[in-house]
Amino acid sequence: MQTTAHRIAAPTRFSPPWRRAFWFGVLIIAFAFAFLQTAKPPDWMLDLPREHWLPLQAGISAAMKWLVETANFGLFTFSEATRFVAYLLDQPLALATAVFAHGFTQGHGSAAIELMPPLPWLAALLAACAIALHAGGVRLAVLAAGAMGYLIVFGQWQSAMQTFASIVIAVPFGVVGGLLLGIAGHRSARFHKALMPILDAMQTVPIFAYLLPILFLFGFGPVAALLATIMYALPPMARVTLLALSAVPTELVEAGRMAGCTPRQLIARVMIPAARAPLMTGVNQVIMLSLNMVIIASMIGAGGLGYDVLASLRQLDIGGGLEAGTAIVVLAITLDRVSQAYAKRALEVRRRGALRYRWVLLGIVVALWLAALKIEPLRHYPESWTLSTGVFWDDLVEWLNVNYFDSFEAVKTAILLKFMIPVKRFLLAQPWPFVLFCVMAAALSIAGLRRAVIAGIFVLTIVFTGLWQPAIVSVYLTGVSVLLAVAMGVPIGIASGTRPRLWKFVEVMIDTLQTLPSFVYLIPVVMLFRVGDFTAMFAIILYALAPAIRYTALGIREVDPGVIEAATAMGATRMQIMLRIRLPLALPSILLGINQTIMLALSMLVITALVGTRDLGQEVYIALVKADVGRGLTAGIGVAMIAMIADRLMMASAVRMKRRLGLG
Amino acid sequence: MTLLPDDANKLSCRSVWKLYGEAAGNFLGARASPPTPEEIRSAGLIAAVADVSIDVRAGEIFVIMGLSGSGKSTLVRCLSRLIEPTAGQILFDGRDLLAVPEKELIEIRRHRMGMVFQNFALLPHLSVLDNVAFPLAIQGVERSRREARAREMIDLVGLQEREYYLPRELSGGQQQRVGIARSLAVGPELWFLDEPFSALDPLIRREMQNEFIRLQGLLKKTIVFITHDFDEAVRLADRVAIMRDGRIIQVGTAEELIVSPADDYVANFTRDAPRARILSARAIMRAATGTAQVAGNVDADTKVCDFAAALEAASQPFAVIEHGRVIGLVDRAAVMAVFVGAGLRER
Repeated sequence: MQTTAHRIAAPTRFSPPWRRAFWFGVLIIAFAFAFLQTAKPPDWMLDLPREHWLPLQAGISAAMKWLVETANFGLFTFSEATRFVAYLLDQPLALATAVFAHGFTQGHGSAAIELMPPLPWLAALLAACAIALHAGGVRLAVLAAGAMGYLIVFGQWQSAMQTFASIVIAVPFGVVGGLLLGIAGHRSARFHKALMPILDAMQTVPIFAYLLPILFLFGFGPVAALLATIMYALPPMARVTLLALSAVPTELVEAGRMAGCTPRQLIARVMIPAARAPLMTGVNQVIMLSLNMVIIASMIGAGGLGYDVLASLRQLDIGGGLEAGTAIVVLAITLDRVSQAYAKRALEVRRRGALRYRWVLLGIVVALWLAALKIEPLRHYPESWTLSTGVFWDDLVEWLNVNYFDSFEAVKTAILLKFMIPVKRFLLAQPWPFVLFCVMAAALSIAGLRRAVIAGIFVLTIVFTGLWQPAIVSVYLTGVSVLLAVAMGVPIGIASGTRPRLWKFVEVMIDTLQTLPSFVYLIPVVMLFRVGDFTAMFAIILYALAPAIRYTALGIREVDPGVIEAATAMGATRMQIMLRIRLPLALPSILLGINQTIMLALSMLVITALVGTRDLGQEVYIALVKADVGRGLTAGIGVAMIAMIADRLMMASAVRMKRRLGLG
Repeated sequence: MTLLPDDANKLSCRSVWKLYGEAAGNFLGARASPPTPEEIRSAGLIAAVADVSIDVRAGEIFVIMGLSGSGKSTLVRCLSRLIEPTAGQILFDGRDLLAVPEKELIEIRRHRMGMVFQNFALLPHLSVLDNVAFPLAIQGVERSRREARAREMIDLVGLQEREYYLPRELSGGQQQRVGIARSLAVGPELWFLDEPFSALDPLIRREMQNEFIRLQGLLKKTIVFITHDFDEAVRLADRVAIMRDGRIIQVGTAEELIVSPADDYVANFTRDAPRARILSARAIMRAATGTAQVAGNVDADTKVCDFAAALEAASQPFAVIEHGRVIGLVDRAAVMAVFVGAGLRER
């Protein structure tokens, strides 16, 4: 009904001559700043002197301090509230940790007596296989057996179970919380309006930045880590819920209403069941994101595999880091496949049977558990039975470094000297008023006045909080990484977009890349290239490559087949079809992919701080180590602001382009 | 309510409006007389339903016919209050539905209304049995009772042995049978069907129409039936309302629409209708002047197709009889005109 009311936008030409001339001029000025000694701007334009900074950092720190020390809601103080939340989270977490990792004990420290050992490894192995068999058949069961086997044999068991315990608690909280927020947002337009910017912010502010307030409010420990994990994994679930509910066919909702559903029945008995397919992907996302947080959460007190990786990374113990990292991957892949198999089952099988023989299974598990009280090898997998490849990896790295050091070094140095450092110098030579002007001009021409003003405010905030130089370094590191990721990803996407068999292979590759927790990328790269910008860039590219490929392939593939047929009928060659039809029509999709790549690159930025970058990420990391909330939060917000500017501009141009092509 | 216009009316609506656009509510409230289409357009509003007043009699099949975008789906949703009308009155058994509180509306829907949807709107996760039992389930009817009732309905629409299939395992026609069974499970008095057969293949559509006629013969519900297909409308309807641009242009039996179309738009629809089956002797007779030779008699309400062959075989016209009196004559030329589709207006 409303389509006719929708006003058709006046056609915009691709690039009017004056616009092209304008940006050409801007480019010339930028080069002048970079290469002409006479054009060197005054120092305050390159880095604002400290006396002009706004006291934002100190303000935030003071506010946090006030919250913790004096804030009072009348009946209870703020810190009492946080302690209450911590207590609520601690109960299930402690139980899960006891069941899976530590066993039930009485007393503390060395005086503790073990009342009940944790779930024995053999029982867990059996249970995992049975569940996998039930969910997805023999192949999945073999995968689960292999995964559990790896964790057991390579001595990762205890850590893995500790990590698993926190996942087991974090996922239900994330799923239920996201679901409730999503439902509330669906039912109230006003709540929806308030929720969206919060979700946006939670997904653009790097995770590290909100580790800080959590650390400050909840202290160092597993509960703080759990809370951070939930906060990280919950927003996508809320978003998926909102989307899924609004995608339920109108007729179905009407059918529910005509049947006389109350609003609550409508949600619970019509809309959620009808939306269960996308909701399942949301659950899967929560699981994967929780696992993604494993290493990061270990920085504020989660033990387990994350801590092992972090510790190895800090000691440059490549073998140990690789094994623990692999353990995370193994856990992630197993949970991912099993949860996906269950989701598929729920959609396909007519009468969903419960796990057959579940009582038998439970009996065996309990029997093994009791047996573990008496039988030591069952209680703890004997250390003498474990394997380690740590030495092998250390040797391999040593061998590579002895034999190929020069080649690696040559590649690294060449890219650094010929590409990365020039870009960095070029960007650092630009005075901030000029950058401000460029950003606002770009925003104005792409996204309109409001966005331009907001972008301007963001840039000024970064300048006046003294974060200009690290921000520019962030832009440079993200920029070079995205550039290379796009240069690799788009051609791969184009090549695989029209070749289903190649796509199958590529899809498995990028799925795997996306399943891995972001930290894992650092390990092999550090092995070969040691610390520094090059390593950081390499890891960012690996992490951020997937969407560039995926969206390009998607765009190429989804071009209207009618148009392709028409072109073929006109006698266009394959090449002509690709260059003149598929590529232009896929451009909006490619832009979205690049946008995603930028977002992922920015979120990886903080993680690469571990390998010694000098950007906003490093600011956050240092603040985390020093528990300096103001500094960390400001730098985190800085990253978020860069992300938001990039996101809005890319999205706006994708939308504009889509409209021009008549695609939406 | 004492303002019943006619006791036989199950559902009536009075000056119902549905306007889309900003401040649509204030727009109508602020004026004394109904706005013209030009005024609506210049206010930046769109009238999906404009000043509609209809009466649906108890036990009749009332078909609302219009092309896509004519507002018929919006109108039926206003009648069931799935969409809140901008203005007007909707009387269901004399009670104004728009003034009914939410709780009571739910009760009315639970017991007295049923609706069938164009795309079936079955719950994808429930079996046929559970889908049909769903309206009872949400009322809290216990399992054994609601399943017994659902089985009854499934038998009624001829889907025995498919109780445990999921919707996606059924063909379109079967899915719509489930939709029909579901809407009948609560035994509604008022039955809305929103283009129920439009998503089906022509052959299946035909079969479902016959099925529908059979069901109505058994059930005698009051029906509001939406379609964009004039043939379907005349096949099923007791009365047809033709809708265009949100307004009702004409309401009448199929014959009335053909004999005296309100305007060219209606005339256009009726042009290709199967007239011989719709028009009766009364519609094509000429006045009986003096004493003419007749070959036989035909009742005034007999359809043309039913006496055409006999008249063709005879050499003289037939007398048209009503209440035992001759009220006119039909001859071969008149019948021929029906078959070749010559205009009725000129006659």
